[in-house]
Amino acid sequence: MSIKKISKFQPESFEFTKEHLEEMEKEINKYPKNKQASAVMALLYLAQKQNDNWLPLSAIKYVAKKLEMPYIKVYEVCTFYSMFNLAPVGKYFVQVCTTTPCMISGAKGIVDVCKKHISKNENELSNNKLCSWVEVECLGACVNAPMMQINYDYFEDLDEAKAESIIQNILEDKKVNPGSTKDRKSSAPEKNRLTLISNKNA
Amino acid sequence: MLKDEDRIFKNLYNDLGWDINSAIASGDWQGTKDYITKGKDWIIQEIKKSELRGRGGAGFPTGLKLSFAPKELGSKPHYLVINADESEPGTCKDRDILRFEPQKLIEGCLIASYAISAKICYIYVRGEYFREGQRLQEAINQAYEKKLIGKNACNSGWDLDIFIHYGAGAYICGEETALLESIEGKKGHPRLKPPFPALVGLYGCPTIVNNVETIALLPTILKKGAKWFSSLGKPKNTGTKIFCISGNVNNPCNVEEEMGIPLKDLIEKHAGGVIGGWNNLKAVIPGGSSMPMLPKSICETITMDFDSLIKAKSGLGTAGIVVINKDQDIIKCMSRIARFYKHESCGQCTPCREGCGWMWRMLERMAEGESTYKEIDLLYDVTKQIEGHTICAFGEGASWPVQGLLRHFRKEIESRCHQDPIIKKKTNIPYLVDQHLLEKENA
Repeated sequence: MSIKKISKFQPESFEFTKEHLEEMEKEINKYPKNKQASAVMALLYLAQKQNDNWLPLSAIKYVAKKLEMPYIKVYEVCTFYSMFNLAPVGKYFVQVCTTTPCMISGAKGIVDVCKKHISKNENELSNNKLCSWVEVECLGACVNAPMMQINYDYFEDLDEAKAESIIQNILEDKKVNPGSTKDRKSSAPEKNRLTLISNKNA
Repeated sequence: MLKDEDRIFKNLYNDLGWDINSAIASGDWQGTKDYITKGKDWIIQEIKKSELRGRGGAGFPTGLKLSFAPKELGSKPHYLVINADESEPGTCKDRDILRFEPQKLIEGCLIASYAISAKICYIYVRGEYFREGQRLQEAINQAYEKKLIGKNACNSGWDLDIFIHYGAGAYICGEETALLESIEGKKGHPRLKPPFPALVGLYGCPTIVNNVETIALLPTILKKGAKWFSSLGKPKNTGTKIFCISGNVNNPCNVEEEMGIPLKDLIEKHAGGVIGGWNNLKAVIPGGSSMPMLPKSICETITMDFDSLIKAKSGLGTAGIVVINKDQDIIKCMSRIARFYKHESCGQCTPCREGCGWMWRMLERMAEGESTYKEIDLLYDVTKQIEGHTICAFGEGASWPVQGLLRHFRKEIESRCHQDPIIKKKTNIPYLVDQHLLEKENA
């Protein structure tokens, strides 16, 4: 479990947009009757999406009310799961994986790049308020290590220079291409592929 | 090496395209209706005959697991839950199935759901796999359009609805009961067992939880026959498995191979060898971070299957192979894994919540050479206090890798940590909160 700091800045009220209300109905309908509590994580994601990628307390209360759950139950969920941000993060939220497979492939270099270009400490906004970074546990792309996630997208097979250019681009609010930076096909070996050769040539 | 035609996941690298038409062209959804008309007993019997063991880590026989669900539908509905909360460091096989072979998974869901009389299936995808979840949703929509799932799926008379539920970054939700709690909208705290989920699971109803890879294997097993499947691999360790080879190798990759393939073959042939040559190998974690590491001497001969690895006091786990060469600090690597477990412990049981932090801090000191020789035994004792004293298997998963380090690399730690116990030296170490207990009069 990680310690989460709750933002001092808290907007007064929160309400779903019309679009998200429809989405909410869809999510609740995935589950049996009277089990609407199951949709709590989906709704928190929606709220987070609507509120610049973080959850103010008013949004937590709003979700609790919509699902007829006690506020504390929803609050518990928010603090338990690491993907719910309880304080503002940048428009570009960089998550660098530093667990052992990435660590031994050079994740420290990526962290140094983040420190140099984004902010000295984790969870701090960059000077232009666009970007923030955090170290996370295994993101499940170990054969493409080292890697980082920016918002929803994975950036794989990094090295310091490539990470630097990606981060400089997002700091200037430019579009970057997700996926492998090595021009490698998903999780196939980069060289000397021995399997599924007939497919490769097909 | 396994022949290409015997590989089950032919689109592992997305050579053929992931959409439903390409999937059907390469053999998915062929004759699914026939298997279903042959009945539940036949399906379960066939899976039992194939001796398929679960691919999620524990290696439990899948056929047996499916047969645990009550035979007839009672007043409560049955559920099938697919565990795609892949978070074990070193493992990334399910991601490729979700991205490139979604139809195999969906077809497997239909077969398994029918076998356990479930009409609703939830796929629990980890929150970080947002793009993979989107891809899977598209694949599910395509299958609905072709009437392969939904009402009267494949004209078989069976109804099946598949929903995706996203996790939100908790490793513990890969534990089956924690996963069910999470779907119910609670914190992911594992439940006490028994009752097992097969009888009292999601919403208190009979539920079968299975890994993505296990379910995605089912259609091919039925198509090509249990006999074919059990002819691959070794007795009791049959079939193929996706191995993820990461770390200090020249060509890290995912590759599908026969069970029981020598580890050396996997590393040397498929992954292009250890960086710096085979002699530069220090240790290998054979099955995701929770399995104890193996030193080079064992890596020379070990074969990758459940039983041989258990004999070597390790385990196949999820088959996430992490290769560590001599350029790395092995204690540091293990201390990072200990930090992972400290971060991911759900906090429900005291031995795990407190112990994981202890192990991490002790290993961190050992890596820096700041600990005393007596602490090595103390660390071993701590791992033994955690193992077996927790509700779920997280305790074992956290303490086994540390035990593996102590078993094989004790000399290395000793050579780095030869200080006398602090109680004799009376040094002031700021992170010891209980410093006052070391004072002579309080000791």
